[in-house]
Amino acid sequence: MTEPAGIRLSVRDLRVELADGGADVVAEVSFDVRAGQTLGIVGESGSGKTTVAHALLGHCRRGLKLASGSVAVNGTDLLAASPEELRRHRSRTVGFVPQDPGKALNPVMRIRRQLNESVAGLADGRDRIPAILADVGLEARPEILNAYPHQLSGGQQQRISLALAFAPQPELIVLDEPTTGLDVTTQRRVLDTIKRLSDSYGVASVYVSHDLAVVAEVADRVAVMYAGRMVELGATRDVLAAPFHPYTRGLLLAAPRPDEASAIEGIPGYPARVGHRPAGCSFRPRCPVAVERCRQTPPPEFVRPDHLVRCFRATEELARVSARYGQHQVLHDVSFEVKEGECLAVVGESGSGKTTLARCVSGLVTDWNGSVRFNGEELARHVRGRDRSVLQAIQYIYQNPYASLNPRKTVHQILAAPVEHFSGRRGTDVTTVIGQALESVALSPQLLSRFPAELSGGERQRVAIARALAVEPSVLICDEITSALDVSVQAAIVHLIHDLQLLKNLTLVFITHNLALLPSVANSVVVLQNGRVVESGDVHSILSAPAMPYTRSLIANAPRLDPPTAPPAPSGHGKPGQSWTTDLRETTT
Amino acid sequence: MTERGWTLGPKALTAPVRPRGGGRGGIAAIGRQALRTRRGAIGLTLVAIVVLFAVVGPFVAPHPPTALTTIPLSGPSGHAWLGGDFLGRDVWSRLLAGGWALLLLAVLATVLGVAAGTAIGVTAGLLQGKVDSILMRCVDVGLAFPQIVFALLLVSVAGARPWLVVVAVGISHTPQVARVVRAATLDVSEQDYVKVAESNGVSRWRIMMFEIVPNLVSVLMVELGLRLTFSITLIAGLTFIGFGLRPPAPNWGVMINENRIGLTLNPWGVLAPIALIAILTIGMNLLTDAFASAAIGVDRAGDLTLESSPFAAEAVP
Amino acid sequence: MTAAAAPATPDGDAPARARRAGGTILPLLARRLVAGVFTLFAVSIIVFAATQVLPGNAATAVLGQSATPLRVAQLEAQMHLNRPAVAQYASWIGGILHGNPGTSLVANQPVASIVLPRVLASAALVILAAVIGVTIGVVGGVLAASRRSGLIDQSMSLGSLIITAMPEFVVALLLVVLFSTTVFRVLPAVSIISPGHSVLGSPSQLVLPVATLVIVIVPYIFRMMRGAMLEALESDYVEMAQLRGQSVRRVLFVHALPNALAPVIQVIGLTLLYLAGGIVVVEFVFNYRGLGQGLVNAVTTRDIPTIQFLVLLLAAFYVFVNIVTDVLVLLVSPRRRYPR
Repeated sequence: MTEPAGIRLSVRDLRVELADGGADVVAEVSFDVRAGQTLGIVGESGSGKTTVAHALLGHCRRGLKLASGSVAVNGTDLLAASPEELRRHRSRTVGFVPQDPGKALNPVMRIRRQLNESVAGLADGRDRIPAILADVGLEARPEILNAYPHQLSGGQQQRISLALAFAPQPELIVLDEPTTGLDVTTQRRVLDTIKRLSDSYGVASVYVSHDLAVVAEVADRVAVMYAGRMVELGATRDVLAAPFHPYTRGLLLAAPRPDEASAIEGIPGYPARVGHRPAGCSFRPRCPVAVERCRQTPPPEFVRPDHLVRCFRATEELARVSARYGQHQVLHDVSFEVKEGECLAVVGESGSGKTTLARCVSGLVTDWNGSVRFNGEELARHVRGRDRSVLQAIQYIYQNPYASLNPRKTVHQILAAPVEHFSGRRGTDVTTVIGQALESVALSPQLLSRFPAELSGGERQRVAIARALAVEPSVLICDEITSALDVSVQAAIVHLIHDLQLLKNLTLVFITHNLALLPSVANSVVVLQNGRVVESGDVHSILSAPAMPYTRSLIANAPRLDPPTAPPAPSGHGKPGQSWTTDLRETTT
Repeated sequence: MTERGWTLGPKALTAPVRPRGGGRGGIAAIGRQALRTRRGAIGLTLVAIVVLFAVVGPFVAPHPPTALTTIPLSGPSGHAWLGGDFLGRDVWSRLLAGGWALLLLAVLATVLGVAAGTAIGVTAGLLQGKVDSILMRCVDVGLAFPQIVFALLLVSVAGARPWLVVVAVGISHTPQVARVVRAATLDVSEQDYVKVAESNGVSRWRIMMFEIVPNLVSVLMVELGLRLTFSITLIAGLTFIGFGLRPPAPNWGVMINENRIGLTLNPWGVLAPIALIAILTIGMNLLTDAFASAAIGVDRAGDLTLESSPFAAEAVP
Repeated sequence: MTAAAAPATPDGDAPARARRAGGTILPLLARRLVAGVFTLFAVSIIVFAATQVLPGNAATAVLGQSATPLRVAQLEAQMHLNRPAVAQYASWIGGILHGNPGTSLVANQPVASIVLPRVLASAALVILAAVIGVTIGVVGGVLAASRRSGLIDQSMSLGSLIITAMPEFVVALLLVVLFSTTVFRVLPAVSIISPGHSVLGSPSQLVLPVATLVIVIVPYIFRMMRGAMLEALESDYVEMAQLRGQSVRRVLFVHALPNALAPVIQVIGLTLLYLAGGIVVVEFVFNYRGLGQGLVNAVTTRDIPTIQFLVLLLAAFYVFVNIVTDVLVLLVSPRRRYPR
């Protein structure tokens, strides 16, 4: 009995403020709900979810005011309606199921009278009552109809609330934590009832709750609210299985699961109160991956197909690069993206354009068009147009360690230069930072006074890496950093890079021609051929089951220590972190 | 006259102020909080003015209060700042001298009434059972008529002497105080911290003194305030009618009555004492109200589960 | 509670049977009546016993100056004053129950004939003051609650705080000053009705006393009504009614007001109780020939039978009002009427 899948509810830029002072309680909230669909809104105390729920009926609690935005149900904007229109829409077009039925039912009115009131003015109103009561699992018996609310049990009261909301057959139903406070069995029954009613009446519903588990059961799509904003919105499966926002991840970690033995972890800190929210992203004080940018500006929404996220660190997109280099076009419409904390490998043979790509992205080439987005913001094509913090955040490590270190400077000076440049510090501060950087690449401080000529290739590359790390970047672009090194040294460097990535939650773009390295370091891969993207995706899937012939041939042509005697069998091994040598043996097609 | 009721909401009718002496320093904290509000500060100021006036007054009166110093019912002059009363005595001097007795009687009556009422209330609340029923039956009888009628009855029995007025008024307060204290005691006895002491085998006496009574203090303070206001009203009224302090004593109540005749000629004989009584009672009322609100407020502030933000609705039960 | 027979009801527990209306009310009424009678009984004993403590009695009062021990004893015997206290008490109570509460010592008339017109006079005062005061207070309270920060609200709140503090005679005298003597010489300051005439004959005598009482009671009623209405208006069920699109008027009168009735009824009851005592001083100020003034006179003149009877009357009034209040409150509180 579901209606055609049109959009029933459309909320745009909803903003609710404190009447006194204008501090925002809820802001920039936009979402749609289709007929027959249930949207779950999840949040903790103070997130604004109940405020949003009330706003869907054009109502706000005392002390708040509906400042701007629209709430359109079947096209009619409730926030723009006159008070009479709004009253007419309430209950008829938009229904509400309250949290505490015991308190929400008038204690001096008998149930019958309250039911009659809900269908007053409808043609077949009275006739609907026995049907709706049956739908919620109650009978139209005198004991119930003549009773006062306090004479019913909690479960029965909630069913009456449901009946009152569904009886006028509204287009949209808003449920405000309707099962909080009920015991588990009753909660289960009420949830089933709600699902049944939503399906059979074809309503669109918005289900507000603090309980992720309940929302997971009931909702098709989920919106997560924090400090008055929606920080994530997407299909329930997607959001719960692979959440983008750190808060959502935190919630999932904190949610108790009856069938898992894992300990629950809380999110440290407390949400800030209205009017006391920090500048920039409200979640920053509690966020494990916050960076400087998060302190300065509030993150806008990032929209991926059907999945919306409000976080800088959630995606770091590098997309759509077309580059000309010299006379001919080197890159054709290459696009890819890297998620924060992950490593993307860019693989191709010489001439594929992979280095050009890296150079474009890091702003070392001027003659290209397209866009690069970092932390959601589009970057200037050349470093000169880029923000200092961006320059600091994206560090480049070159292929040739013999060329990337100034031979006239000591290691100390080489390392100190960028640190002093970006931070403006001098002296002992800098020395401390340098010392830590050296330590992280496992080099002894004795090297500080040496010149590059006195170091081996591996040591030099480590110094180059340390130089990049010393300024605390978020992205490392590693351009064939192992190609010029001996095999044994390669392993160590790859291992080092991988460990550093995990330790510092770096985002890596790892350019290489050597496929064999991939399993040790990369999560996803982009395969380039002649300046075009041939294939891209998750490392394990691509390596084990490459779709494109070029990819297959790359993999097949990669030299192996143990030539296969049997036809290659797919495998998904090679988790980053294992030693490189074992990986080489285990890697198959 | 009976209780004019609290200045709080209707809940006050059915439940006493939530008794907690604790919460950041207990009574002292509540008192400070009360005085921080505008009501409390104004109330205290008003009361202080009148009390000071009454206490210091007798020593600074320009003329003896019973001496005939001016023309009866004459208007204010340099000699008699508020003119003369109906006999020709100086209104101002009588005013200065006429307060302390009233205050003293009121305070004594209040203390008596509250003490007796508390004793009965705590006993009934702690011992419960038969003792409780008997005591409450007696209290009900005491509540069966207006306080002033009760006072008049006693006065008619034993004559209208000051100490008698104290006793009469004090006893008339007892039933109401007993009821309130009993309810508070019952409420406190239900609390978990009392159960903890009980389960540890602490003696009933110690439980009463150290667990229960400290939590009754805020209720008692509010009752004291209310009762004192009422005692002042009652005793002023009684002396006004003619019972209690007799002329020629310069009592404010007496002054009001005896100078009524001359209202058109020199209203100050009536208006001045009225003003002082009014200021005193208004101040007491404000102060008590502030204290009661502070007691409730301090309670709530200590309650971590209740958010004070507009999102109190969001707080998960 | 009976188990649910119909399988269609998924809940394990069944709702309580709604009891019939008289269910909890009649037993309460009966209990209260019995308690009331006992209370009155106890009061009468106290009243009687108190007056026995008086030095001197009817006999000495009658003989006055010419009292010698011998004559006193003779008169006592004549007046049956030498019987044991209990017997005297019994005959007194018996007399009351038969409508004859004795003879006044002072006026030499039956107490009943002295008291009756005063009762009517005081009743007029109390009823008028109660009706006017309750109306103003209730209407004002509802208005103030439904318009949160209206002018009514602020001014009444401040005013009530001030007025509730002042003793009634202060209010009364201020009114006298305002309307009788100094400012407007409009109304009589003192009631000058001769004993035989009814108060209602010259209504201008009623104005100031009634006004005093009204002024004194309105603030309390107003605050309570406002408080009760506010509480109802802040409730979840009123919010639900708004969310269900009920009209403002319906929300106010159908949803909020019925829930505010219980405290209001209690307040009205308390007001009546208050008035019973308030009339004492007010009548004295205005020389109004009512119960209150009668009591004061009786106490002044030590007219024992009158004192006894008046106090008993007032106590009966108290008990009556308490019972009615309790029953009415129960009637409007379904939660208490039909406990789960």
